[in-house]
Amino acid sequence: MNLSTRYLGLDLKHPLIPGASPLSDEVATVRRLEDAGAAAIVLRSLFEEQITREQMAAFQHSDVHGESSAEALSYFPATQTFVFGPDEYLEHLRRVKVAVSIPVIASLNGSTPGGWLDYAPLIEHAGADALELNLYRLAFDSSLTGQDMEREAVEVVREVRRTVRLPLAVKLSPFYSSFAQFASQLDQAGADGLVLFNRFYQPDIDPETLELNRSLHLSDHRELPLRLRWLGALSGEVRASLAVSGGVHSARDAIKAVMAGAHAVQLVSALLQHGPEHLKVIRQGMVDWMEEFEWESLEPMRGNMSLKRCPDPAAYERANYALMLQGWRSR
Amino acid sequence: MPEPRRVVVDGNEAAASVAHRLTEVIAVYPITPSSTMGELADSWSTHGQTNLWGQVPQVVEMQSEAGAAGTVHGALQAGALATTFTASQGLLLMIPNMYKIAGELLPFCMHVAARTVATHALSIFGDHSDVMACRATGFALLCSASVQEAHDLAAVAHMATLKSRIPFIHFFDGFRTSHEVAKIAELSDDDLRILVDEKEIRSHRERGLTPDRPVLRGTAQNPDTFFQAREAANRFHLACPGLVQEAMGHLGALTGRSYDLFDYVGHPQAERVIVMMGSGVETAHETVDHLVAQGEKVGLVKVRLFHPFSTPAFVAALPETVRSIAILDRTKEPGAVGDPLYLEVLAALREAADEGLSGFAVPPRVVGGRYGLASKEFDPPMVKAVFQNLAATKPRNHFTVGIVDDVTHTSLPWEAGLDQEPEDVKRAIFYGLGSDGTVGANKNSIKIIGEDTPLFAQAYFVYDSKKAGATTVSHLRFGPRPIRSAYLVRQAGFVACHQFEFVDKVDVLERAAPGAVFLLNAPYPPAEVWGRLPREMQEVILEKRLRLFVVDAYKVAQKSGMGGRINTVMQVCFFALSGVLPRHEAIAHIKTAIAKTYGKRGPEVVKRNFAAVDATLEQLHEAPIPAMVTTSRGRPPMVADQAPDFVKRVTAVMMAGKGDLLPASAFPVDGTWPMGTARWEKRNLALEIPVWDPKVCIQCNQCALVCPHAAIRAKLYPASALGGAPSTFKSDDFRSPDKKEQKYTIQVAPEDCTGCGLCVQICPAKDRSNPRHKAIDMTPQRPLRDAERENYAFFLDLPEMDRKVAHLDLKTSQFLQPLFEYSGACSGCGETPYIKLLTQLFGDRALIANATGCSSIYGGNLPTTPYATDQNGRGPAWANSLFEDNAEFGLGFRLAVNAHRDQATQVLESLRSRVGEELSDAILKAAQDTEAGIADQRARVTELRSRLKTLTGPHARRLDSLCDYLVRKSVWLVGGDGWAYDIGFGGLDHVLSGQQDINVLVLDTEVYSNTGGQQSKATPLGASAKFAEAGKGTPKKDLGLLAMSYGHVYVARIAFGAKMAQTVQAFQEAEAYPGPSLIIAYSHCIAHGYDMLFGVEQQKLAASSGLWPLYRYDPRRVARGEPPLHLDSGPPKTPVADYMRNEGRFSAVEKANPERFKHLLKTAEKVMRQRYAVYQQLAGITVPLFETSEKANPPAAETR
Repeated sequence: MNLSTRYLGLDLKHPLIPGASPLSDEVATVRRLEDAGAAAIVLRSLFEEQITREQMAAFQHSDVHGESSAEALSYFPATQTFVFGPDEYLEHLRRVKVAVSIPVIASLNGSTPGGWLDYAPLIEHAGADALELNLYRLAFDSSLTGQDMEREAVEVVREVRRTVRLPLAVKLSPFYSSFAQFASQLDQAGADGLVLFNRFYQPDIDPETLELNRSLHLSDHRELPLRLRWLGALSGEVRASLAVSGGVHSARDAIKAVMAGAHAVQLVSALLQHGPEHLKVIRQGMVDWMEEFEWESLEPMRGNMSLKRCPDPAAYERANYALMLQGWRSR
Repeated sequence: MPEPRRVVVDGNEAAASVAHRLTEVIAVYPITPSSTMGELADSWSTHGQTNLWGQVPQVVEMQSEAGAAGTVHGALQAGALATTFTASQGLLLMIPNMYKIAGELLPFCMHVAARTVATHALSIFGDHSDVMACRATGFALLCSASVQEAHDLAAVAHMATLKSRIPFIHFFDGFRTSHEVAKIAELSDDDLRILVDEKEIRSHRERGLTPDRPVLRGTAQNPDTFFQAREAANRFHLACPGLVQEAMGHLGALTGRSYDLFDYVGHPQAERVIVMMGSGVETAHETVDHLVAQGEKVGLVKVRLFHPFSTPAFVAALPETVRSIAILDRTKEPGAVGDPLYLEVLAALREAADEGLSGFAVPPRVVGGRYGLASKEFDPPMVKAVFQNLAATKPRNHFTVGIVDDVTHTSLPWEAGLDQEPEDVKRAIFYGLGSDGTVGANKNSIKIIGEDTPLFAQAYFVYDSKKAGATTVSHLRFGPRPIRSAYLVRQAGFVACHQFEFVDKVDVLERAAPGAVFLLNAPYPPAEVWGRLPREMQEVILEKRLRLFVVDAYKVAQKSGMGGRINTVMQVCFFALSGVLPRHEAIAHIKTAIAKTYGKRGPEVVKRNFAAVDATLEQLHEAPIPAMVTTSRGRPPMVADQAPDFVKRVTAVMMAGKGDLLPASAFPVDGTWPMGTARWEKRNLALEIPVWDPKVCIQCNQCALVCPHAAIRAKLYPASALGGAPSTFKSDDFRSPDKKEQKYTIQVAPEDCTGCGLCVQICPAKDRSNPRHKAIDMTPQRPLRDAERENYAFFLDLPEMDRKVAHLDLKTSQFLQPLFEYSGACSGCGETPYIKLLTQLFGDRALIANATGCSSIYGGNLPTTPYATDQNGRGPAWANSLFEDNAEFGLGFRLAVNAHRDQATQVLESLRSRVGEELSDAILKAAQDTEAGIADQRARVTELRSRLKTLTGPHARRLDSLCDYLVRKSVWLVGGDGWAYDIGFGGLDHVLSGQQDINVLVLDTEVYSNTGGQQSKATPLGASAKFAEAGKGTPKKDLGLLAMSYGHVYVARIAFGAKMAQTVQAFQEAEAYPGPSLIIAYSHCIAHGYDMLFGVEQQKLAASSGLWPLYRYDPRRVARGEPPLHLDSGPPKTPVADYMRNEGRFSAVEKANPERFKHLLKTAEKVMRQRYAVYQQLAGITVPLFETSEKANPPAAETR
């Protein structure tokens, strides 16, 4: 059975990749994922904003009270050298690279144009096999237009593309008004892969205490259809390879994603729920399914259900919604 | 001679750098102003810096200086090279070991930043009283007068001790030298290798204790032999001065810097000579040069080696022409004929005359004088005054200089005018806040100037005594020659005021030279600034023809992402205006310095500082100055008009920074100080203050409880009291079924609030339709100031609640008047809420013994005092003795109170029939276990007193003076963890082991907070602190469990932020318990490395993670058949990591060494679970009673 695939120019023995998550925080867990057969691994994002905040906080709280009192010129050991964000991350990346032989994809979330461009070469230099740009930004600024947002994102991809040679994936949210056009702009700006879609921490309200809590619920397979639609829409339309992220919990889900056009299938919630070894189960499931339905390899399957090739393209579009609704009414 | 490396360091670093390279064992204990030496040594060792022989010296922090001295003594006995660093009381604690070390001829050099020994008051500042207390130990006393000397003579001392076998105190003036930053020539490792004799080190090692060549030392000798044996060592002491001179000779030959036992400078035929030692020598040297240049025949003998005193060398140093000599001592020895240097010199001169050593034309007249106690300024006019005194036909003896003594009239008058500093020495003064980074920036500037230009540089910093909103004044000098001016800048060509509010509070232009540049950080456009200056300042600017430059530094800092750190901005302005360096060069240097200083704090910090540098110059403008004063608005008075006389006459002068002007007669003679003066010091520190919304408030009073400064208060009062309330005064019905007629108000003290925000953070009441709005919100202070000032005054005049409430709990406790208010503690302090609560609950009958530390500083550091009295004039009587003895000190209070009470009881019994049996019996049998009981007893005592007035006889008079002791007193022993866990633990343990009714409050910040964050035994596992930089590897000492092991001690572990009700309950139970009680109180602290706004949240996490379990152990429960230990917080439910990662002290370990952090985190978790399991089991154990017929209390001793 041939599950091999090519994602971001990397030849992978199958499409299953643990996505960016705390799963990659411990080298030991990364090893377990490799042992479970992961084809590659995406590290958790390096967040520029977090690094900046951390540095400023450490500075504020260690230096600000010093030199105020005759008795205490400082309150902390003076010579402490701190390892901050990028260094810590890069060191982790290096250690993961040494520990496993599968491709290691780093992930980056910049908050300033300079940040993206500063950190991407460092990541490349530290030995990442590819870089996933995590274009996560909420547009609360009412003076920003959708076009501004898109332009800035495309600009980031173009600039990073100019700065580094390693393969670039772009992880996106579904909240762009004309997604297909935007995706093709990213494609032209030099993205080697598009990852659909990011899932964010979402605020939750505690109605008794009147507090906002930040929560991240694990995904389930109900999130898959949104991704299938846009994979289907982009498959064959863009040069970049495609990955699905969010909603794949079973072999059957993975097969669907490939049929919609995915070159890679990122797994997070399923592995967090069932442990790294669950990757093996999904992979075996894919093999079993393909044997049962007599598919020799993924290649002919990929994108067979895309907007371009599926028997009923209208089902991807509004009609899908209308028909279902009508069907429900008629019962 | 190769050109030495020039470095810019302070005196502490200069000395420590030599000591670290020449020793193997360093045992220390933190004490101001010497702490930095130990910290540097530890830091160097932590980072693998080696001594001359390639070994990393072992640095160990001990539990006290006595412990450090014992450790070095042992190390020396075993043949190692050892050192220690200390000062003041610390040095005194070492004295017993010093006698031993000297008696055993152990080569040893300790470095002392000489500091005042506490007498009528504590002082952290410099004089020679500590060193002079060691004269009899047999140590050699070698004195350095400058930063360069602290470096050079440190080497001389280490060299000479090895040669002579006489141990050395190498000392220099605390602060003036220890903290002065100066450019010096560094002794390289190679220099030291040449200077130190390896052979002597080997001899020392070979004399060391070893089982391979065993000997025995420390015998006990008897009358037949001790005396002779003591004299047997004489030749070593006699040889010592010669060996010191030899070492000085070697150093001079190697470096070109020559020193003698006594150095003479001045006119070769001087007739008037000053003899002195310490930093004042440098000022005197400069003045002598100036006076000699003017043709005066004056001179100065600098004493380097005070002990062993070499009479021949001293006499040889004096010109034979000398007619009169003034010996200046920087210490006071009451009762002696004179102070120590005076006596020594006098005796030496007499002996020299007897021996025919001196060749004076006429025997000189010798007088002694005292100067500079506790870093009192000693400047050229004072030196001149001493010479003027010597010119008199009968010079005044036993004089003082630098103060006005209008009581015993010892002081010499001096004229302030003399300014002898050469034109080419540039002088600058900077006024800043501790938190704005001014001092750091100036240290940086002085390093740039000193290390990157050929100029010599000097910086000295003056801090006020406050922890929140502390002001700093930096004095900088730079010039083409080494700078000897060991006194504050008197005339500055550049004055910078980094805080605009200072223009109304501080006389910042006092030291501005005519034509000086005045740089002002102002939040106004340049053209507007003049109009906002008070009249006094406008006058000075015009009179001195100053140039005014303004910059809105906060705007630049904000825009560059530096928040309130304006240091970089102001530094750029300084370089731009002072012209020390070409602008572009200066900016390049600033950037290099930024990269060096902040590089290890991360590139973002560097980037933002760079941005601030780049944005500064376009915001720097010269402001137009009109030809005349344009305002009639004067500087507001320092204190309100209704302040008491003492506050106006004394306190206000000190507050204005002019305490130097106060004469001796202004002061109480024994250190007694009036209460409650902090209320007159309106500091207006808060940019935002809490504003109360009665509609949203649920009247829980938590805000009042958490306030560290008693600046937000709750009151319950009858509606009738509202008459005449200011129009903006807020009030609401008190929501309680049984107090329907009562009104309720939460009121802020707008000018005393420090703006920490803890009250808003704790406030649980939210406006449901707009939850961002709470019952109290932080709101800009300025527009509210006047109205709220009036409201607060009205609030204070509202009647206080009757203390006789049935039940005191969290809420009702906050209606009691705090008798600890507006202290100088840090904004958001985690200690003061406990002390305030203590004073609310028991303040009107409490005696507080306070260990030295933060709580004694914010509790008693002048100018103002936070402990206050109630409307009856009662309040907490407070005293601080020492750091190490507080438990014993407090026990003494208890015993004295017992003695007074017992005597009163006894006399009352004897007067029973005369004062009335009913009243006597009621007093003697009174139950005083409630506020009502106390109030009733007070009423009975008042009645007793009035009846006593009608009685005659000694008994009645005696009882009249004692009868207040019939009202129960509450004795509190308060201190930090440094006291309770470390230096005072022996005493604390002893006091707890007894049965006296004392209450101990340990304010546990888990680190030495006051001296700057050194680890204590209370420091938790995993926390980084000085002396545990990599994260403490052992668990916190379980003080509570140790105390519980006695069985009869009440013990509570509390955290007000985690469970306020338990805190209030524990205080009440501890106080009511008739034996020793111990409360260990979690106190968040700036030394934990996070914003104190979140102190309460961290307290919650500390408890919920199991790291700080809350409990009360009450021995009274045993008799009831209940487990004595009651756990007040549930099993651990939040991860330990959630607590630890929030605090810089833990996260620093993660940032520096993630693997170690992981290990420490896991260990911390394990230890927490183990300890919690032990508590859980203990909480389930009832103690069998094994009832016997014996009574609980043994028969009194006298019945035997």
